[in-house]
Amino acid sequence: MKKRTYGNPVGVSRFTGLLLITPFIVGFLLFTLYPFVCSFALGMTDYDNIRPPEFVGAENYRRMLHDETFRKSVGVTFRYAALLVPMKLVVSLLAALLLNLEIRGIGVFRTVFYIPSILGANLAAVIMWQYLFTADGLVNQLLELAGASPVSWYGDPDRAIFVIVLLRLWEFGSTMIIFLTALRDIPKELYEAARVDGCGSVRAFFRITLPLLKRVIFVNLVLQTIAAFQEFNAPYMLTGGGPLRSTYTIGMLIYDEMFRYSDMNAGYANAVSWVLFVLIAAIVGLMFAVTRRGREEDDR
Amino acid sequence: MKKLPFYLLLTAVAVVMIYPLLWLIGASFKTNDEIFSSVWFVPESVDMSVYRSAWETVTPYDMGHYFLNTFLIIIPKTIFTVFSSVLVAYGFARFDFPLKRVFFTLLIAGMFMPSIVTIMPMYIFWSKLGLLDTYVPLVAPALFAGEGMFVFILVQFFRGVPREYDEAAMIDGCGPLRTLWYVLLPCIRPAVVSIEVFTFLWTMNDFLGPLIMIHSVEKYPLSLALRLSVDSTGQGYEQRKIIAMSVIGLIPSIAVFSLAQKKFVSGITAGGLTG
Repeated sequence: MKKRTYGNPVGVSRFTGLLLITPFIVGFLLFTLYPFVCSFALGMTDYDNIRPPEFVGAENYRRMLHDETFRKSVGVTFRYAALLVPMKLVVSLLAALLLNLEIRGIGVFRTVFYIPSILGANLAAVIMWQYLFTADGLVNQLLELAGASPVSWYGDPDRAIFVIVLLRLWEFGSTMIIFLTALRDIPKELYEAARVDGCGSVRAFFRITLPLLKRVIFVNLVLQTIAAFQEFNAPYMLTGGGPLRSTYTIGMLIYDEMFRYSDMNAGYANAVSWVLFVLIAAIVGLMFAVTRRGREEDDR
Repeated sequence: MKKLPFYLLLTAVAVVMIYPLLWLIGASFKTNDEIFSSVWFVPESVDMSVYRSAWETVTPYDMGHYFLNTFLIIIPKTIFTVFSSVLVAYGFARFDFPLKRVFFTLLIAGMFMPSIVTIMPMYIFWSKLGLLDTYVPLVAPALFAGEGMFVFILVQFFRGVPREYDEAAMIDGCGPLRTLWYVLLPCIRPAVVSIEVFTFLWTMNDFLGPLIMIHSVEKYPLSLALRLSVDSTGQGYEQRKIIAMSVIGLIPSIAVFSLAQKKFVSGITAGGLTG
């Protein structure tokens, strides 16, 4: 019987590749699988970071059901994602369409549009953002110039979340780059043919561009949703979760339970982080399920 | 002339993107009253002495100290990341081995793992090893291709290099590692640059990691030092000093991005990297 030959160059053992990816295997076990399993186990304990964990079964999960703060943070996280993700996709797609124009100096605009995104949650950028939205900060000054009345951004539970949403929206660069790459891959002949057939640019967008972008829209949707559900930095630094916990995301709750509250409860923190993980997995799974037929058609 | 509306639109968006930064730089020279009374970013007068006092910070150390700390994390992390990611990506892109598909699926799955789920057990892990308050927890994952996204991008790049190159090198007697070093690495330079830049930027921006792992002010990277300065100065304090510190804090990221911009953008567009 012939031994299975792997598609390797002559003289290369089938273990060479395995050897090369060893760092990944070790890293995966150590920094992904281990904490993942560990988190699940700790979620079923009462643990204060000092004394050994004590097994309490599903107690942490039962507590969650009655925890007003937890329920609130789930609401905040959903609201945040529902506000941010669609806006970010639309804005970054529009920006990508603009940047895909073949006109002089477009390279400069590409760089400028991307600059906020390199700063990410850089603390310096967040401090800047904080100043922009203070009671007499730039944003309110501009509102007044436009004849609108100033807004108490940090004092109003309905408004505070927009400070965070707008910061993340301002950093639309990475989503935009993915769209831009996909736009550049669309053959120009398609648009020329459409024009010859008397199809206007708006119709061309809906009939050609959008259908061809379906895949990247989906990728961006998934990536941005995952990121939004994990939000911690921006509310932690901008609003501290307030006012009235109106910006208190699940990420903040986990951090507080683990490190901040006087009666630290790492067990509960881990249980919550597992719920967050399951929540994200369920939402992403749902996205895959809903779009499945569309994606199968594409593959054909 | 048909293009004029597009230029206007592009410029309008560009202003929104860049104005907050200009405003920040301007505000570093303004008095408190001036900051909150004018939307125009140009200050009435420019006095560089604010930067001297910002450099001193309101903490026990000056900004040079925090920069040094930050670079003590960034430099090894960048080297390790490139090294491990390239090896792993090379293995995935060019060799067949048992369970390859399984491992690749795990790599992709790992990219979707929320860091907030893993960070708590890792905190406990590092504390058991007595390595909290050192840079080891922040740097060590880089040795093991900790960022699946980078491996993924490199794999795409490796696939873009014709296999004949490797074969020619191997016929000439190069082993896999020498082939990688002499033949493939020069071909994937843009991807490597992107990874270096991203590692730099993400580490500059990282807040949660140091916040959890580093406890003594002496070892704070820049992000924590800025946070400490904000926390320890009250309202009515000279705002421009904090603002000037922020401006200084943004310089490395913007400088690195500008320097690497050309290669970097081709790298991310080819790999579809996200931030």
